Amino acid sequence: MAFEGLADRLQNTIKKITGKGKVSEQDVKEMTREIRLALLEADVNFKVVKDLIKRIKERAVGQEVMESLTPGQQVIKVVKEELTELMGGEQSKIAVSDKPPTVIMMVGLQGAGKTTTTGKLANLLRKKYNRSPLLVACDVYRPAAIKQLETLGGQLSMPVFSMGTEANPVDIAKKAIEKAKEDHHDYVLIDTAGRLHVDSDLMQELTDIKELVNPDEIFLVVDAMTGQDAVNVAESFNEQLDVTGVVLTKLDGDTRGGAALSIKAVTGKSIKFAGMGEKLDQLEAFHPERMASRILGMGDVLTLIEKAQANVDEKQAKELQEKMRTATFTFDDFLDQMSQVKKMGPLDDLLAMIPGANKMKGLKNVQFDEKQLAHVEAIIQSMTKKERQDPSIMNASRKKRIAKGSGTNVSQVNRLLKQFEEMKKMMKQMTNMQKGKKGKGFKMPFNPF
Amino acid sequence: MSFFQKLKSKFKQENQEEVSTKYKKGMEKTRKSFSGRINDLIARYRKVDEDFFEELEEVLITADVGVNTVMDLIDELRFEVQRRNIKDTMEVKEVISEKLVEIYYGDDNEEIEALNIQSSGLSVVLVVGVNGVGKTTSIGKLAHQLKAEGKTVMLAAGDTFRAGAIEQLEIWGERAGVEVIKQNEGSDPAAVIFDAIKAAKSRNVDVLLCDTAGRLQNKVNLMNELAKVKRVIEREIPGAPHEVLLVLDATTGQNALNQAKTFSEATDVTGIVLTKLDGTAKGGIVLAIRNEMNIPVKFVGLGEKAEDLQKFDANAFVYGLFADMLEEQAES
Repeated sequence: MAFEGLADRLQNTIKKITGKGKVSEQDVKEMTREIRLALLEADVNFKVVKDLIKRIKERAVGQEVMESLTPGQQVIKVVKEELTELMGGEQSKIAVSDKPPTVIMMVGLQGAGKTTTTGKLANLLRKKYNRSPLLVACDVYRPAAIKQLETLGGQLSMPVFSMGTEANPVDIAKKAIEKAKEDHHDYVLIDTAGRLHVDSDLMQELTDIKELVNPDEIFLVVDAMTGQDAVNVAESFNEQLDVTGVVLTKLDGDTRGGAALSIKAVTGKSIKFAGMGEKLDQLEAFHPERMASRILGMGDVLTLIEKAQANVDEKQAKELQEKMRTATFTFDDFLDQMSQVKKMGPLDDLLAMIPGANKMKGLKNVQFDEKQLAHVEAIIQSMTKKERQDPSIMNASRKKRIAKGSGTNVSQVNRLLKQFEEMKKMMKQMTNMQKGKKGKGFKMPFNPF
Repeated sequence: MSFFQKLKSKFKQENQEEVSTKYKKGMEKTRKSFSGRINDLIARYRKVDEDFFEELEEVLITADVGVNTVMDLIDELRFEVQRRNIKDTMEVKEVISEKLVEIYYGDDNEEIEALNIQSSGLSVVLVVGVNGVGKTTSIGKLAHQLKAEGKTVMLAAGDTFRAGAIEQLEIWGERAGVEVIKQNEGSDPAAVIFDAIKAAKSRNVDVLLCDTAGRLQNKVNLMNELAKVKRVIEREIPGAPHEVLLVLDATTGQNALNQAKTFSEATDVTGIVLTKLDGTAKGGIVLAIRNEMNIPVKFVGLGEKAEDLQKFDANAFVYGLFADMLEEQAES
């Protein structure tokens, strides 16, 4: 990857300094330069960076950092705190109008992901808030944009209001709201055409729609990969329409997403949701703290833990722990565990959330092949009950049978058996280490700071 | 002759007035902020010193040029300034644009990079990129232009994933009056492309433009799918695809470099289409990609109309960036 995390780069700078025993002002200057470059590389707007650096410098030169034993880590902590604060508190609430329907307008540049986000938002409203939204296709310009929304509506089995490409978007919006009242929809989601913020005619059209339908929310949809220009775009849309919130899309890519920070800092509007994947249920609440970690390239432990909590059955987890402790962990348990991990999402995504994982030797550039997991699964499923409970009974003919049954070969079966034994050993060691710390079943083996 | 005059006379000479007007107009927003800021910077600093360089660094970074490239550029500038013993900031201006053009040209002289279209037989162009950059729209525009040049064109609707993508390509096909080969949504893109190649061969088509679904470059499975599509093309026609165009959104920041790298690994990208340059985005990432990857930019999108997709021309691009400066110079 082209970018090393800020953490790595700072560590290198710090290494040069540690021999000195004391951090001088010159050292701080050097450090802030590294921070500045890292933030710029993450696409944070340069004006925002400038202000940030100023504040960080003040805090870093002050006692807070100088007197701490680990100035490098202290600096990163200061930076992260500043970033988190800049991005503001968590705000994923959606307005509810006293007089239904509540009207939400989606605006943004071409290709930001407005139509897809409209579909995802409708899904979220129905699933999480039990609402019944009406989707409105006001993008009469891009070829097949209406068809796109209709297809999404079809996938969600939700009604889509459209009047073809000949109608005026303002009229469509007006008629849609009448229709929503008639059919008792409590939310109306208006998808608008993508437009450049410098295109005054099209921007006027948005203002016209806004004045007519008086929306309760106007969401600016922004591509997380946007560079320095994010600020100009957000500012123009905000000036013209006074948006109520921002939705960041394509955050499942490997962009560091500095645009998020820039937008919040310049417009003061919070980022409410983040698009995390291509599927319609992958719109999530935006977490400023996690975003700060991401911008700094520090991993995302919180999301990882949350995912684990959401997908792992607590009772099962306890049982598993007990088995680990007593080393009675069997292949059946292994299968269970695998299916739980799989529920949490693709393995590379999980790995990316672990801080420092990209630095670990061996893990670097590892692309998890989900197919290999399927092989493992097949091998275990080809074992008899007895073999799963007690792998020590395994002999050449059993192995041959398993390999045949699972479509693999004996050496693959051997490898799995060996790995399993090693895993068991490791578990025993780990549980021994944790003895004496009762009540603390889960401990991070590493500290992000 | 000064560098600016050389650049300007080049346009006159080659009678490229029309092209440069389009660039000038399309990049109006870009130019205003970019050259405006460089001018402002030069006006404020009389002397070339460290502070001057630091601010220049900022101007370039704001154009999304990318930290590494900016660092290289500033180092070279420092060296030039020392070598030529430049003290006045006015003189630096010229060196700046000189260096910028140098990066744009890379090693391949000053030629416009044309699309690699075979003089006889079928040429296949595969179009790839992340979601929402404008792949389908660019294909529509390209089809229109190639048809206007007298080529027979066929489109392959390889985006079988996104809702409405096939219809979008069909509408572009209708507009340009070219045939679109498609299957149902959700079908295997490699199969669609395979069909399209068969059809293009049997109908003696000159150029087959293959659309693909947008995909984020860190999704390994989707990138493998793309590699498979390319393999199918290679197998069916030796030497194909003749072009693999990566479509990049000009508003994209540093992630564009990752995109260029990863897509190149999967499909050997041969050229870049830079879209949406008519906003305020500066597309400076072109510089970074040129500097670090050496992939030429072949087309730039300067507006919504089909003819607004222009062949990339480094001269015209730099002319667009510096048009204000050029005119000032000509007057004085």
